[in-house]
Amino acid sequence: MKVLIVGGGMGGTILGNNLARRLGPELRAGKVSITMLSASDRHMYQPGLLYLAVGRMMPDELYRDQRSLLDPSIEFHVDPVEEFQLDQKQVRTAGGRTFSYDIIVIATGSRPVAHEIPGLAENALQFYTEADALKMFKALQGFKGGNVVIAVDVPHKCPMAPLEITFMLHDYFNDRGLRDKVKLHYTYPIGRVHTLENVAKWAAPEMDRLGITYETFFNMKEVDGAGRIIRSEEGTEAAYDLLITIPSHRGMEVIEKNGLGENGWIPTHRHRLNMEGRDDVFVLGDTTNLPISKAGSTAHFEAEALGENIAAMVKIGAAVRDYDGKVFCFIEAGGERATYAMFDYRNPPDPKPPTRTVHWFKVAYNKLYWSTARGLL
Amino acid sequence: MPKMRIVDARGSYCPGPLMELIANMKMAQVGDELEVLSTDRGSATDIPEWIRKVRHEHLGTEEKEGVWHILVRKTR
Repeated sequence: MKVLIVGGGMGGTILGNNLARRLGPELRAGKVSITMLSASDRHMYQPGLLYLAVGRMMPDELYRDQRSLLDPSIEFHVDPVEEFQLDQKQVRTAGGRTFSYDIIVIATGSRPVAHEIPGLAENALQFYTEADALKMFKALQGFKGGNVVIAVDVPHKCPMAPLEITFMLHDYFNDRGLRDKVKLHYTYPIGRVHTLENVAKWAAPEMDRLGITYETFFNMKEVDGAGRIIRSEEGTEAAYDLLITIPSHRGMEVIEKNGLGENGWIPTHRHRLNMEGRDDVFVLGDTTNLPISKAGSTAHFEAEALGENIAAMVKIGAAVRDYDGKVFCFIEAGGERATYAMFDYRNPPDPKPPTRTVHWFKVAYNKLYWSTARGLL
Repeated sequence: MPKMRIVDARGSYCPGPLMELIANMKMAQVGDELEVLSTDRGSATDIPEWIRKVRHEHLGTEEKEGVWHILVRKTR
């Protein structure tokens, strides 16, 4: 059986290593092969970008050589897919090669699309790429005071990012002795400060305590860069000196171009993780259209469930478990404190008050992540 | 030709039914109808509230076997 994994991010990498561990005898006997196609020979720890934006991590800490993370039994090629020929059970790559498969797993991730809001990309700072995070850090360094507005669009990767960057900015300006010269104003698309009700119940009074103002039901419509004003679909506006955005995301262009899913999100079965209508195509992480968080932990838990199922399909010809919608997100709360939210399709999160212990565990996890990617943690 | 979109947000705590609707509204065309399926009772109030604020049309809300069906139309 030939398993083809398209994408070398968190989901694809964890899945590949999970399968290699479960299918060792079959791989050695030549009954199974695992091939991974990726656009890059480097693997980025994307949650680190938040820290890069405020000078708490350096770029080299975000990367490892992708090959070094993969079990040696996995055949790895830096050769991104350009054409999915699902009816022929094969893909064609940018390098002109054809790879056939029995099972394909698509885990190509997502991309920020700030340009979809007029004026946003030109006038706002964001941190979803290394270059953008460094640009934000340099802008923060040069900032002497004024209105900082945080504006959030949907759908976006990492649902805790809006709160985390806000609390981390409070700390950043506080550490520089500038906090009394900076007005932090947080906006959010729905009627509370976070989509998770229990998180919102904790975060709103925390913002009050820290002197952070907020406006809910604020969906970005346009940015007037000359006037330094951002306007909402709801008819309100906010003046800024520094505009920071959590931009809307789409799935990767190759998904849209191949007609696999609107805006790059592939219709996916919420438990089995197969592409709707196909039993030999599976989808992981941000690439799904599932109504759950676009977050590394989602890809991680999906990959574990799918790894178990694909291995079972090899061994007994049937999947053995459902993905239950599990997600786990750390929430940096500022002041060297953090908490977390854990939930699934049936059980809502119930975050506890932030502690220093959780913050330091998160800082440790920024290093431990490489063990997760290798399938060890 | 207006289309009907189903936004299946059952079991969605994060991003949640309203955030799912906002994301789907961007993909919809003016005139399209969107039916949100939600297992969160709060959707029955927070979705119509947002729809009013952004001047789309709330066509109705119905609860069937623990699932709220909230029907809206994109008007602009």
